[in-house]
Amino acid sequence: MPFMEFVNFYLMPGIVLGSIYALGAVGITLVFGILRFAHLAHGDLATLGAFAALGVVTIFGVSPWVALPVAMVVCAFMAIGIDKLFYDYLSERPKIIVVMSSLGIALMLRAVVQVVWGVDTETYTRGIVRPDDYWGIRIRDREIYTIIAMFVIVGVLWAFLQKTKWGKAMRAMSDNPDLALLSGVDNRKITMLTWGIVGVLCAASGFFLGINTELKPLMGWTMLLPMFAAAILGGVGRVEGAVIGGLIVGIAEETSVLFIPGEYKAAMAFAILLLILLVRPTGLLKGKVL
Amino acid sequence: MTSQAIAEQPMSKNSVQQKYSGKPILTMTGVRGGYGDADILQGVDMQVTEQEIVVIVGPNGAGKSTAMKAIFGLLKVRGGSIVVNGTDIAGWKPNRIVQHGVCYVPQVNNIFREMTIHENLEMGAFLRKGDISESLERVYTLFPDLKERRNALAGNLSGGQRQMVAMGRALMLNPSLLLLDEPTAGLSPKYMEQIFEITRNLRDAGLSILLVEQHAKQALAFADKGYVLAAGSNRHEGTGQELLADREVAEMFLGG
Ligand SMILES: Nc1ncnc2c1ncn2[C@@H]1O[C@H](COP(=O)(O)OP(=O)(O)O)[C@@H](O)[C@H]1O
Ligand SMILES: [Mg+2]
Repeated sequence: MPFMEFVNFYLMPGIVLGSIYALGAVGITLVFGILRFAHLAHGDLATLGAFAALGVVTIFGVSPWVALPVAMVVCAFMAIGIDKLFYDYLSERPKIIVVMSSLGIALMLRAVVQVVWGVDTETYTRGIVRPDDYWGIRIRDREIYTIIAMFVIVGVLWAFLQKTKWGKAMRAMSDNPDLALLSGVDNRKITMLTWGIVGVLCAASGFFLGINTELKPLMGWTMLLPMFAAAILGGVGRVEGAVIGGLIVGIAEETSVLFIPGEYKAAMAFAILLLILLVRPTGLLKGKVL
Repeated sequence: MTSQAIAEQPMSKNSVQQKYSGKPILTMTGVRGGYGDADILQGVDMQVTEQEIVVIVGPNGAGKSTAMKAIFGLLKVRGGSIVVNGTDIAGWKPNRIVQHGVCYVPQVNNIFREMTIHENLEMGAFLRKGDISESLERVYTLFPDLKERRNALAGNLSGGQRQMVAMGRALMLNPSLLLLDEPTAGLSPKYMEQIFEITRNLRDAGLSILLVEQHAKQALAFADKGYVLAAGSNRHEGTGQELLADREVAEMFLGG
């Protein structure tokens, strides 16, 4: 197979899909690093974000790119609200109960999407977009924007965590929660901040999946396993790791069709997850805290 | 007369009187409490007055750390009062107690391991608004080792340096009362002496310090006052010199 064919039909789509996974995986890693549980409603929160953007597009007739920030705000408040109503209420209970409740939230979110938008497949815009040719690399504008947006969003988050007072407080809470409390950090504020950020990341990953493929009520749920695989692969609690993990899982899924039938593409994430848990359970970058 | 000078005077009745009449910073009266249903603290009384080092000694499991956690609102206090600077703080949340001028260095897990020295100190000043460079400078002057390695991850430092980070973090809010839980545990004599030296200097600069120590003899030698705690209640109290001179204390708690 010619090299450019590999780049155009396997590598590029893999990077795009990987960017979408990365956005989700970073959120998963944040929840795990700070709130210490596996958030199973992550995919369905992304679905909600994708459909919220669709709602804005259909009601106001604006471009999907205008709808994205609105969807981010909606998801941020949704995530904070879910925490206040459910997770926070269970915070003193064993973590497994919180994990199970997040599975219930996943089903609830999906039901909301199905009631409001129906069960049909939707798209943001109609018509087929042909890829442009840049020195032999064939790529669509929206794919370029997806990759750029992922790096910008994660870059901003990284700078926030490294450089700002509240970002450092989030890292401190992840590093040593007791000492963070002794230093006067209010864990309720950190929890809210975390969920706000997680909502924004979920909306972005759902939106970019929607704009590059289609919107379906199950779209987020099917991303859950690859997103978790990405987060664990990168080292749980590591933002950079989640990005690397997301890209690896995305590229592995898209290139897997070279070796195995396309129907098994989704099994790649599972295979990667198994492999990493067997070989290096702490992930590529040694994970623990932010 | 400075408190240093008082401490070095021979122990006359008069100077003891002077010590006990300073402005009280912390007064614990009949404090009871524990982690589960059982009381670990069976009524603890303690007082720290202005610009004084008070040392708590006692066997392992006596409740020394528990007493400090009780002051800091980390366990349920079921009886008694904890008055700091004139206000009863029993039942307050830690972040409110910090704002009230009390800072605490726990016995274990007292640094942010995955953050740099500098970030650890910044976290200590989390509740401060505005410029913290003066406090940073002060801490770096107290602990010159830290300044050199300010961008190193705290988890990669030696035990003595970690303890300095932990103390530095607690000093960033300019507290009026500092709680130190076994700051010299596991340290070499050189580091122990350094930590004690800094503790004395902090006292002389105006801070009140409550210090739990396993190195009881060394600590009581410079303590303004000491308490012997056993099985969750007070056993003995007195000036550091008095406790060192007490035969029963020496036999039971100071290893003869
Ligand atoms: N987190 C905890 N939960 C339950 N019991 C504890 C806890 N920490 C300490 N204890 C118990 O409280 C008692 C006093 O412990 P501690 O205050 O740590 O002693 P010390 O600091 O004097 O060595 C011990 O019997 C110990 O087992
Ligand atoms: Mg102890």
